[in-house]
Amino acid sequence: MARLARIALSPEELDRYAQQLAAVLEHAAQVAAAPTAGVPPTAHPFALVNVLRDDEPRPSLDPAVVLAEAPAAEDGRFKVPPILGEAP
Amino acid sequence: MTPAGWEAVIGLEVHCELRTRTKLFCGCRNEFGAPPNTHVCPVCLGLPGSLPVLNRQAVELAMRIGLALGCRIEPSVFHRKNYFYPDMPKDYQISQYDEPICVEGALTLPDGSRVGIVRAHLEEDTGKTSHIGESGRIHGAGYALVDYNRAGVPLVEIVSAPDIRSAQQARAYVAELRGVLVATGASDGRMEEGSLRVDANVSVRRAGSDVLGTRCEVKNLNSLRSLVRALEHEVARQVGLLEAGQPVVQETRHFDEDRGVTVALRSKEEAFDYRYFPEPDLVALAPEPAWREAVAASQPPLPAARRQALAELFGAARLEGPRAEQAETVLELGLDALVRAAAEAGVDPALALARTANEAAAQAEAARQVDPGAYVALLRMEQEGRLSATQAKTVLAELLQHGGDPADIAERLGLVGLDRGALASVVAEVVAAHPEEWSRFCAGEEKLAGFFTGQVMRRTRGQADGKLVAAELATRRAAEAGAP
Amino acid sequence: MSLAPTASAIAAAVRSGEVRASEVLEGCLEAIDQVEGQLGCFVTLTPELARAQAEAVDAQVAAGAPLGPLAGVPVAVKDNLCTAGVPTTCSSRILASWRPPYDATAVARLVAAGAVVVGKTNLDEFAMGSSTETSAFGPTRNPYDPSRVPGGSSGGSAAVVAAGAVPLALGTDTGGSIRQPAALCGVVGLKPTYGAVSRYGLIAFASSLDQVGPLAQTVEDAAALLDAIAGHDPMDSTSLPEGVLPCHRALDRGVAGLRIGLVRELVEAEGIEPGVRRRVEDAAEALAAAGATVEPVSVPELALGLPAYYLIAPAEASSNLARYDGVRYGLRVDGADVEEMQARTRAAGFGPEVKRRILLGTYALSAGYYDAYYAQAQRVRTLIVRAFERAYEQADLLLGATTPTTAFPLGAKVEDPLAMYLSDVFTIPTNLAGHPALSVPFGTDDAGLPVGVQLLAPALAEPSLVAAGAVLERSAPALPPPPVAASWRLGVPR
Repeated sequence: MARLARIALSPEELDRYAQQLAAVLEHAAQVAAAPTAGVPPTAHPFALVNVLRDDEPRPSLDPAVVLAEAPAAEDGRFKVPPILGEAP
Repeated sequence: MTPAGWEAVIGLEVHCELRTRTKLFCGCRNEFGAPPNTHVCPVCLGLPGSLPVLNRQAVELAMRIGLALGCRIEPSVFHRKNYFYPDMPKDYQISQYDEPICVEGALTLPDGSRVGIVRAHLEEDTGKTSHIGESGRIHGAGYALVDYNRAGVPLVEIVSAPDIRSAQQARAYVAELRGVLVATGASDGRMEEGSLRVDANVSVRRAGSDVLGTRCEVKNLNSLRSLVRALEHEVARQVGLLEAGQPVVQETRHFDEDRGVTVALRSKEEAFDYRYFPEPDLVALAPEPAWREAVAASQPPLPAARRQALAELFGAARLEGPRAEQAETVLELGLDALVRAAAEAGVDPALALARTANEAAAQAEAARQVDPGAYVALLRMEQEGRLSATQAKTVLAELLQHGGDPADIAERLGLVGLDRGALASVVAEVVAAHPEEWSRFCAGEEKLAGFFTGQVMRRTRGQADGKLVAAELATRRAAEAGAP
Repeated sequence: MSLAPTASAIAAAVRSGEVRASEVLEGCLEAIDQVEGQLGCFVTLTPELARAQAEAVDAQVAAGAPLGPLAGVPVAVKDNLCTAGVPTTCSSRILASWRPPYDATAVARLVAAGAVVVGKTNLDEFAMGSSTETSAFGPTRNPYDPSRVPGGSSGGSAAVVAAGAVPLALGTDTGGSIRQPAALCGVVGLKPTYGAVSRYGLIAFASSLDQVGPLAQTVEDAAALLDAIAGHDPMDSTSLPEGVLPCHRALDRGVAGLRIGLVRELVEAEGIEPGVRRRVEDAAEALAAAGATVEPVSVPELALGLPAYYLIAPAEASSNLARYDGVRYGLRVDGADVEEMQARTRAAGFGPEVKRRILLGTYALSAGYYDAYYAQAQRVRTLIVRAFERAYEQADLLLGATTPTTAFPLGAKVEDPLAMYLSDVFTIPTNLAGHPALSVPFGTDDAGLPVGVQLLAPALAEPSLVAAGAVLERSAPALPPPPVAASWRLGVPR
């Protein structure tokens, strides 16, 4: 999970979180017993549909603003350490 | 070519960048080639607090694609596909998962074969990463630079059924699909700019078998040429493994353009857990019937119908041989309407198709802008012998470059062609000047036809149509032979 | 010297020319200065920005230009709402120095209404918590007892209003983060209908649950703030097209003829303190005395809210917080390759509670567990929505406690996540249903700590909440001023 979530955790942290999460999951397991046969899931509180915008351009940000918060930048682009793999 | 005794089973995933003015979820311009990070805003940069709002035109183009491929347009839901990669501003991609907008269609190829379409769905593109380092390759790169101009550009991913049986058929499928995408206005079709990107799922099996083999996914097929090369290599590689008694490993492979081979990226054992779940920042999409019908009613003619229309000009169900190739050229370049217009105005369809597939196609961009009336008029002048073939080509070049009236152009260039009467009198003059050669020609010395044509050309400074000269000579000889 | 004037009193005084917005602001900044050292309500104060906004209001007054309904009213903004050019941290190290290039819609509407933004208030990191102790910048303390928590996650906003230093504040509520700290600090907190207030510029915790809303000294002020920020926003696809009816008109509507259900599960639950329960029963009597019909109702499905919430909210959060990866903004801790950089950045940038919830959410969404956890929680969500629908066939409004307990000591629950989560057990079901709810102070427990009672309503029924809330406010036992309270020199009548 820590790798999927991309968080570097020490073995002690992993131990502690595993214990705490086990307790939370045990509590959360109550949902498993709920009578949900034939009940559809609710992802949104309200069932809105077709919220669309027109294909009209709006101003983009000034490039200086875009890169102002970048931890590192070069040639108008965001700079990162080497990427070792392809996108999955 | 697929090795004898084996059959390839190929399914293609084509990613098509939609030709909208703005991105899928924000108002930044969807434009190729701008300076880096100039078409970005809080939404497509994934800044904290920003939210997506769906572009109506992108939905409409997705529907157009679906309808063109005979798909059903279904209510759909956007999901988040979660994985970390620096070109993805939110570290998840908004895509459609188990409820895509278009499902179950098919594409019929020019050879009559049919490839099923499983689904076509909307999703957002990623940014662009450049690997900087000594080798310029991913491995050994010193660092990477990211440009998010492309992030959030609307894509439709079109997933075919595994109905394709050869690299050549795959090529035909992508070419036909590209024609459909361009015809619907959904795409500019430019593979070299990444507007269309193709991934292939490939397996092989013994010919006649209906068992599916282990498949590999081949990525980075960014031209029709690399598609064919990659698939031929991959099919041969898999056949080679199986013939050597080794298994094909399910994995993702990358086509190395320089070496012409596919190389393994990662095996499916490390398959990624994308943790798809419904995108809570967007609501469901359910195009109402009226919208769907309006889109369907305004669909432009698709390549298949236009191909059929060309064949019908020749009174054929389907064109074959060189004519079929010419037809594909004009269809691909979107010049078939010129051929039809000329034929409808009485121009010989063969002449119209040939001029369009050769001379007009050589300047396709200009030909798409040409006034069809002028183009048809020019072909009529050629057909009626008012211009020779050579002259017609000269006038056409001028017409494509600068426009204008073909008759005026011909006159300005001094290319006033000879009509049949004028030509006949020139031929008569030449015959009168060379009585001896004429007698020999009449007696059957055919090679003298060239001599007389040369003489006519000299007197007309090359403006006579060679075919018409030959015809005139023949007519004259027949008339003399028939005379008492 | 007096307690903070109410927002409506300030707006009236500024409008009449009795006082200038700039004077109000200076009074407010002094008041903040008196309590901030003891309470730690703010992450960032913005006096310069506030002065410019106040001067703009004064210029409008001088020019006789039309004034917004909140003209000259100082407002504190929870630090998970974007403010252009002003650090917006979510009380996290990972965003410690981030300055957004844009304003959240709610903030922009506040300013358009004439409000003056005095600063950004402390919260549990990324709004994940119920005590404001998970802030990377230290806890906020409760003005009624600085050894106790103010609740959370909008603890800074609740404490600063309770201390009388700022009359109004914006909070956000994902599982109770406005109402629970309002209850613990003795102020009014309103969680609007999901989609009533734009989420654009609210840094997401759990997108399908998050809502922006007011914390105020009075129901009237809460209604005025909600009226100023509510309404459709084309930048938020989940923003409701119809919007909420103006609430201020409902203030004096009363409760005569209203059917109010006293929800057994929000009164008799295990772990509820007797002092809290007693106050809820008092509130029920007060509503009945004012002409409402109060009947007990039972909604057993509410017990499923907490477990469902602790699957849904972390799942959405695990995805929402993926973008803090050291690439584009915020903290970066270097690494040999991008993956290592990201893992180290996130390890250093997030605190333990955020890490716990990201791990929990990642687990709930992962292949093989999705259906048992996330999808099942979504089905349970449907059960809760249906249960509320049934309850609202019998009642116009529901009544219960806001939280099972009054303010608890700092540190009491930090190492026991489940115990901490239980303090939101009464507020969470409303978020799952997307409904509005209001917490109104109703006296104290035996220890003198404030108790909040909660009114719940169906979607878009905020006006009814405000009407009933005003009745409760009028009939509530007087709440003594907290030991840590600002005093205002400025003579704006309360």
